[in-house]
Amino acid sequence: MSELTTFWHLWVCAIVIGSMIACGILLSLTKRGQKHDQETDQTTGHAFDGIEELDNPLPKWWLGMFWATIVFGFVYIGIYGIGDWTGFSDWSSRGQWQKEVDATEEKVAPYFAKLTAMPIEELALSNTQHAELRQQIDGMEEGDAKKALKANFDLRKSAMSTGGRLFASNCSVCHGSTASGSLGFPNLTDQDWLYGGKPEQIRETLLNGRNGAMPANGLKPDMTDQDRADLATYVISLTPNRTDKGNGDAEKGSALYAQACAACHGADAKGNIAVGAPNLTDNIWLYGGSQKQIEFTIKHGRAGVMPPWKEFLGEDKIHVLSAYVYSLSKNKEAE
Amino acid sequence: MNQIPVKDVTPKKKPTVDQYQPNSKIYVRAITGFFQKLRTISLWGLMIGYFALPFINWNGHQAVWFDLPTRQFHIFGTTFWPQDFMLLSWLLIICAFGLFTITTLAGRVWCGYTCPQTAWTFLFMWVEEKIEGNRNQRIKLDKAPSSANKVTKKAAKHVIWIFIAFATAVAFVGYFYPIRELLPDMAQFEVSSGWAIFWLGFFTLATYGNAGWMREQVCIYMCPYARFQAVMFDQDTLIVSYDEARGERGSGRGARKKGVDPVEAEIGDCIDCNLCVQVCPTGIDIRDGLQYECIGCALCIDACDSIMDKMDYDRGLIRYTNEHALKGKEVHILRPKLVGYALVLILMIGAFGYTLVDRTPMELDIIRDRGSLYTNSSDGRVQNNYTIKIMNMAQEPHHFTVTVSGLDNSELKGKTNVQLKNGEIGTLTMSLLATPWELKKSRTDLQFSVTRDDGLTLTEESRFIGPAGR
Repeated sequence: MSELTTFWHLWVCAIVIGSMIACGILLSLTKRGQKHDQETDQTTGHAFDGIEELDNPLPKWWLGMFWATIVFGFVYIGIYGIGDWTGFSDWSSRGQWQKEVDATEEKVAPYFAKLTAMPIEELALSNTQHAELRQQIDGMEEGDAKKALKANFDLRKSAMSTGGRLFASNCSVCHGSTASGSLGFPNLTDQDWLYGGKPEQIRETLLNGRNGAMPANGLKPDMTDQDRADLATYVISLTPNRTDKGNGDAEKGSALYAQACAACHGADAKGNIAVGAPNLTDNIWLYGGSQKQIEFTIKHGRAGVMPPWKEFLGEDKIHVLSAYVYSLSKNKEAE
Repeated sequence: MNQIPVKDVTPKKKPTVDQYQPNSKIYVRAITGFFQKLRTISLWGLMIGYFALPFINWNGHQAVWFDLPTRQFHIFGTTFWPQDFMLLSWLLIICAFGLFTITTLAGRVWCGYTCPQTAWTFLFMWVEEKIEGNRNQRIKLDKAPSSANKVTKKAAKHVIWIFIAFATAVAFVGYFYPIRELLPDMAQFEVSSGWAIFWLGFFTLATYGNAGWMREQVCIYMCPYARFQAVMFDQDTLIVSYDEARGERGSGRGARKKGVDPVEAEIGDCIDCNLCVQVCPTGIDIRDGLQYECIGCALCIDACDSIMDKMDYDRGLIRYTNEHALKGKEVHILRPKLVGYALVLILMIGAFGYTLVDRTPMELDIIRDRGSLYTNSSDGRVQNNYTIKIMNMAQEPHHFTVTVSGLDNSELKGKTNVQLKNGEIGTLTMSLLATPWELKKSRTDLQFSVTRDDGLTLTEESRFIGPAGR
């Protein structure tokens, strides 16, 4: 793979090889006219306070070391290359890194093979299940059944800690380390899923990413500020047990809803996981649920992006990560 | 012209030597006596301790086991981690001050009675004596032309030396590679670590070379302690010294007929038998005064005392004394330098002991989510997320529970307890939720505490960030 343009390649080569040749020339020039291993009584002419500097040649072995470094330099370039040329050993830092990655992948492959052999749903172990299963195992009589269950438990526990680490390094930046999300980034610990919460749906989201797009003003481009206020008021009224009321006319909003929003969010406003349209009848708001925030969302639209992870993590890791994410929503709220 | 009195400091009998001149071999004569007995007890004791310690087990693991691959250092009931490295520095500083104190007080007792170089040289010499005979027999054997007897004896000596050196190496590696696994692994040629094999070879060679061939040259030319201990000496430091006033009385040392009273005959007490030189492991003549080669082993005292007994003179022509006593001046044992060293030493030991007792065998790390300052939960509360890492540094599994304080009416959500094996690190993620209008400041300091099942608690600071207080 070419890392440098031709100009920079030649630039690097010229400077490096030029410097090495220049060093060689300097060495030959300075030794000229001097006999080795013989102290001269010539001085360089510098004198200070009666101290004079003798003009003796470098010892042979010392000079030899300088030449050796130059030879070493050429050998080194021959092996490891220079500029864009990768040398006779075809070495590159990228290649070395790839080798290490491959070695690690090979090492962990049997472990991942064991995990991917189990369906996501069976692999997932929520904190609630963890506690229940632990209790169940502790209560069992010694025997093969207990051993088998213990092995299953240990494997799932290990999968969850692997998944947890994958989540912490890849997902927590947006979704938070507790997966509870934040404004614009969905909470993964609740039962509300934009694109569905079944294992296969989660896996699909992770593999290929999602692009949520809500057009500004929905399907009614000529919406006025008053329309948006009415619409937001209507949307607020859909939430059960909500004490605050919007400051618009919910009835007018209802008509606007059917016209501009129902195509995606559904006539019953329960959302549509096919296009990632959120359910508007619960009290979960990805972009905030106040009158102002809803009006803003309607006016400017929203574009939520979940990047695809297939290339970066690979299917094996995504399998484990899916199980981890799936387990997050399986905790009893009693905690 | 008045001449200023100057002390003659020209080295006696020590002409400048060519640095590359081969050292002449020292044939050390074996001697018995009080100090040799003391050394025998101390050196054998230390060597046996060194070989036996790896075999002692404690709570199902090797009592002293420096497990480098997992970076856990087990010393009986305690496991030290790289995080405890500070303790090692303190320990080394204590050792240094211990050396300063003891050297100021009693000279080079470390060198003479406890140093491993001394101990293994002592062991190797003992083997040499058993096989090749005493000093005179050894000199004769070395001078004799090659013969079956000579070759057999030499070969036997070196084989035994190498065997001892190898045993030393095995014991050494056994502190790092459990010795009860190392021995069978070695027997089956299945030592799993290349480093273990390297160190086995290295320590065999080093022990054989140092105790068999180098011996006193290590002390004289290689050992830094030997040189800097001299700096700690003063005129009250206990040294092995020849009583020159007594030994060189009148016409000086020399041979005499038995029964001559040296005081009447005006001759020195020293009969110039040269025994003190023959027993010296570094090959010096103690009668030349205090020398940097002297390791303070006191063997010359034993040698001289045995002659004094034979001559019916008082013991102690060579004895433990100090320069002030030799000059007939007042001796100050408790001098400021010594008291200072001792005080610092006691302070250090106290601080070290306190740190050791106060040390909690667990570690707690609180990492606040940095993605956003805070988030709003769906119920309108302010939420901060934390990743909590707990490390069980004890030798047994424990259960840990996390609590938080510092923010009233807040709720900690997530899994707050974890069971950890010894040496395991547990990661818990949790959220802290608070009602926004109850927050007085935008930043509230929190204390996260982790409590072990036996009540041991460790607390770390973190903070909660919310909308600006009103």
